Amino acid sequence: MDFSIASILTLDGVTNGAIYALLAMATVLLFAVTRVIFIPQGEFVAFGALTLAILQTNQVPGTVWLLLIMTAVATLLEVVHGIRRGAPAARWLRAAAQTAAYPVAISLLTIWAAPQGFPLWVQALLTLALVTPFGSLVYRLAYESLADATVLVLLIVSVGVHFALTGLALLFFGAEGFRNPSFWDERFSIGALTLSGQAVIIFLASAALIVMLFLFFERSLYGKALRATAVNRLGARLMGISSTNAGRLSFTMAAFIGALSGLLIGPTTTIFYDSGFLIGLKGFVAAVFAGLSSYPLAAVGALGVGVLEAFGSFWASAFKEVIVFTSILPVLLWRSLRDPHSDEE
Amino acid sequence: MTMTPTFKTLAAAALIALAGAAQADITIGVSLSLTGPASGLGIPCNNGVKLWPTTIAGEKLKVIVLDDAADPTKAAQNAKRFVTEEKVDLVVGSVATPAAIAMADPIAESGTLQLMLSPANLPAGKDAWAFRLPQSNAVMAHAMLQHMKKQGVKTVGFLGYTDAYGEGWLVDFKAEAAKIAPEIKIVAAERFQRSDTSVTGQALKLVSANPDAMLVVASGSGAAMPHKAIVERGYKGKIYQTHAAASRDLMRVGGKDVEGSYVVSGPAVVADQLPDSHPSKKIAQDFIAQYEKAYGPNSRNQFAGHSYDVALVLQKVVPVALKKGKPGTKEFRAALREAVETMGRTVVSHGVLAYTKDNHWGFTTETGVMLKVVNGDWKVE
Repeated sequence: MDFSIASILTLDGVTNGAIYALLAMATVLLFAVTRVIFIPQGEFVAFGALTLAILQTNQVPGTVWLLLIMTAVATLLEVVHGIRRGAPAARWLRAAAQTAAYPVAISLLTIWAAPQGFPLWVQALLTLALVTPFGSLVYRLAYESLADATVLVLLIVSVGVHFALTGLALLFFGAEGFRNPSFWDERFSIGALTLSGQAVIIFLASAALIVMLFLFFERSLYGKALRATAVNRLGARLMGISSTNAGRLSFTMAAFIGALSGLLIGPTTTIFYDSGFLIGLKGFVAAVFAGLSSYPLAAVGALGVGVLEAFGSFWASAFKEVIVFTSILPVLLWRSLRDPHSDEE
Repeated sequence: MTMTPTFKTLAAAALIALAGAAQADITIGVSLSLTGPASGLGIPCNNGVKLWPTTIAGEKLKVIVLDDAADPTKAAQNAKRFVTEEKVDLVVGSVATPAAIAMADPIAESGTLQLMLSPANLPAGKDAWAFRLPQSNAVMAHAMLQHMKKQGVKTVGFLGYTDAYGEGWLVDFKAEAAKIAPEIKIVAAERFQRSDTSVTGQALKLVSANPDAMLVVASGSGAAMPHKAIVERGYKGKIYQTHAAASRDLMRVGGKDVEGSYVVSGPAVVADQLPDSHPSKKIAQDFIAQYEKAYGPNSRNQFAGHSYDVALVLQKVVPVALKKGKPGTKEFRAALREAVETMGRTVVSHGVLAYTKDNHWGFTTETGVMLKVVNGDWKVE
């Protein structure tokens, strides 16, 4: 190990770490607002990367059909709820239309746009627009009616959602992996180090997203409402903040972050329908470093995970995952020693 | 309700057909990885199974396909279900090496024939009931080492899966090298997992060892990522891939980075380029014609060939075994095994099989074909 090898490994680790940081942020966000430990966060990564890959072949991605099916179920639920509660028809009709409008519109747009062979960045935007509504739909179908359940129940639901989404991804994308073209094919050489254009984009996008999240939570009314829900759900509700809307909004943001991560990581590795899980799990480890509560700490933890992974693969490649996932133990120990807590759930 | 005569006749015919079929069906349990990390192998295998004939030697085939998700526990459960609940006459699978190994024990205990679709290494004495359809790693390493010898390769860097497939190749490659080319040595061995997003660390270490050639042991489209990582780290030597990577996904995902690399493969995927003297040429062409008619042009692959070959083997052994017992009986199952052991030289789409009592790896060393990736297509070396 000399300086050049160490610097190459560090760069590789930080590049992957930047992706883990995004996923860690999303995990922290979801846990803070809805108390859901969202294991399937990585699935959005695979959905994003694979949707773009299929668009690249000028075909309609399976994501469209999945989105339409989930929208249909959500709309049906809306109608059933409305009728059961005896609400006036105009009201539940409007709610159903609201649920269905955006997903149906974006699906039709994609079906029209897919065979046209638009440039890469247009397809990337289309992918983001297509995967983002999954967040709100997943929340509605899986979590909304359980919003007041314990963390454990929500975690169990998460495991189920993870398996469902992986299975659906296999059905809609097939078993073989895809690798997306680079957004920026430039290469910069600094000594032994080669910085690819894609890595620069990963850093810039991650940094921009972190800044945007900061501004959103500090400056905007919606962000403040989400923070209020995170601090005290009941109190926020008494202040007129809908915890249902807070959940939908935070899941939508998480899906957006996941899809963006998928677009960023797609050109650097082969993504399979089930690749998202391990990527998401590393983001989760980073989020646990931050006690599922602090965004800056989660980002630092994610970079740590990335670098640890890179050096682990150099020194003991066969034990790389063991090293990464064992690193969570000392952190948990330190956390439980520093602030001992009682089980209040 | 009054029954129309046609309906009555139909019902009667169906009853007779059902009753008749239930007595004499040959039941085959197939366990494949239709989901999970080896689904890229399992799905084409399943496509090959769908091309099987519906009857062999006048007996109807009843095929039960279960998914094992490449999970050894699930595969063992499937195996137990086959032998206890379904009372199958033989088991085919699994396509993932760790899963196939897990299935071997329960199947052997019940005295049922197992035709494995993966090159699984079993300890001596454990493979009494198991026969492998794919080429053994040793047979493929033989072809690869011959090629390396011709190219003057002396040192090899190894980059393989951290599972039974990677480990099996490492062991067999070393053993085969000691036999036929002792000057070829593995100078560095690194591991990775299919789910890894980066193998930069491993690639750095291998490239700094500067071997004459690299051996990448991975399957399907998963073989492209490590390959690209080595190329991106500036490696200029030869890169070899194993027969699990012999599908077009390697070129689709690898693009120009896999140009000029060498892939060892069974003859089935490149039938048209084989010399007319090759024994498998005609059968392999049949396989490709049938497979691509059903699943589209250029869909041929190594794994579908293996499950296709199962039917060829059965067509040879079932008539022999039927003389000794009826399907569904213990005698029939034992006779099947005996028939496979004594079936002699059998040409299939992937080469020439010749199982014996002591050798349950069927293929002879001539089966491996070295391919080179040229302009995004296979070229026989």
